[in-house]
Amino acid sequence: MRILNASGCLDALAAPEVARQLDAFVTKTVTPLPREGSAPPRIAETAHGMLNAIGLANPGRERFLADYLPRLRELRLPLWVSVGGFCAADYAETCSQLAGIEAIELNLSCPNVDEAADSAAEIVAACRAATDLQLYAKLSAAHPDVAEVARAVAAAGADGLSLINTLRGVALDKQLRPVLARGSGGLSGPALKPIALHAVAVCHEATGLPIVGMGGIQAGRDALEFAACGARDVALGTILFADAGAPTRVRAELVAACADAGVANPEDGKGLAKSPETERKVPA
Amino acid sequence: MQSSASPSRHRVTGSERVGPYTLLRLERGDLDPGVPGQFFMLEAPGRLLPRPFSLCLAPPGELAFLVDPIGPGTEALCRLRAGDEIAVLGPLGHGYRLDVERPLLVGGGIGIAPLPYLAEQLGGSPPIVLGFRNADYAEAAALLPEAEVVVDPVLVTELIEHGFDVLACGPEPMLHAVAALCPTAQLAWEAPMACGYGACYGCVVEIDGALKRLCLEGPVLDAARVRAHAEAVA
Repeated sequence: MRILNASGCLDALAAPEVARQLDAFVTKTVTPLPREGSAPPRIAETAHGMLNAIGLANPGRERFLADYLPRLRELRLPLWVSVGGFCAADYAETCSQLAGIEAIELNLSCPNVDEAADSAAEIVAACRAATDLQLYAKLSAAHPDVAEVARAVAAAGADGLSLINTLRGVALDKQLRPVLARGSGGLSGPALKPIALHAVAVCHEATGLPIVGMGGIQAGRDALEFAACGARDVALGTILFADAGAPTRVRAELVAACADAGVANPEDGKGLAKSPETERKVPA
Repeated sequence: MQSSASPSRHRVTGSERVGPYTLLRLERGDLDPGVPGQFFMLEAPGRLLPRPFSLCLAPPGELAFLVDPIGPGTEALCRLRAGDEIAVLGPLGHGYRLDVERPLLVGGGIGIAPLPYLAEQLGGSPPIVLGFRNADYAEAAALLPEAEVVVDPVLVTELIEHGFDVLACGPEPMLHAVAALCPTAQLAWEAPMACGYGACYGCVVEIDGALKRLCLEGPVLDAARVRAHAEAVA
């Protein structure tokens, strides 16, 4: 099991010593044009989670390729580039310009921008035609049937799935106004874990594709639970904000968590969780 | 500027009330107190995210932070007692430049927090002016016994004379008023912050005409780098 960061939850250039604890670094989402992002306030803590409305702030494709990517390469870490856009052609154009990285993660589910008009499968198909690099589709569990979306992107040529993105939510201040300037934001943190585990389990069963599981992982045991639901790898997001040493700690805790659960390693635990859709017989 | 990749755990050595605030003392351990105006992320017990605090005092072997109990995280920090332990990351960000000729320290409310350590590091008993919303809050001026203190409706900016190198910390309206009076002032800003080291992109402020992360650019900035709010939203 490899430990990555969730896209947008770490700036490897600002904190290389945190990035170096990871098995691969995932960039913040790159869009065709620069985006300044949402106005502040952008974050709010909630019960067992946090909301963010960063709004895909990024330097845009041109500056990313010319300035950021070369500096990221100097870290000598496997790189995943998160790609975003507003139509299939946006995504495909960025994919066609990327080379020498380990994988592309297609951000098909940012809750803080208006959704792309094209379907997830159309975007994946366009990107598949544009690149030979590994394509991971990052999906949202807000869809009523995430397994159906997973099947569609698998058929369109995705090599793997990143599950899950944040879920849209609102937090109110003392005067009952939204805390975030944008109004709503993406909910992350431990509140998300049960939803993420479910999405991983049903998408694993539906597609068998490699899955990077994420959503509320704070400790080694959490990472092992994602493996049990079918994830091959995991990504850390919100926990990085509270604990910049989380990748190293979670990796160490995984060993003890495996021993506690009676499995030799996370791979042995993979898929051990029965499909949550399988009915269990109620004992008489 | 960052001292370590990971937070370290530190024992609480004491906690005392200073007016409506709490001065939380921690064992220093291996942490560098840093430059005045830099900040530390303190674990808020029972909460998901740590909270940012500038260093208030650096007694031998300790680091002390001034906490205003304004929400669940800061209230949890105020409830800590000697012997409790929390995770601490820092020092982070950019503090005050100390190479000033005629320093004048200006603080408003909880913004007085970095001034005791700043005054100590500057040396030579710099003049200090403080403003508070009422007499209860003004009790916190005990941390700076030499300071001249005013209480609302008198504004601290009324005490600023020309010819000083102003180093200020306080609420946004106060900082904008100080910037208008003293374009060369150094101002310590505040913003909601999840990580303190550039990872969350949550703490952006309009700096040099663009939204930038306060944790990396500041929190202390030259006055000219942040536009007045009225201008920024116009």
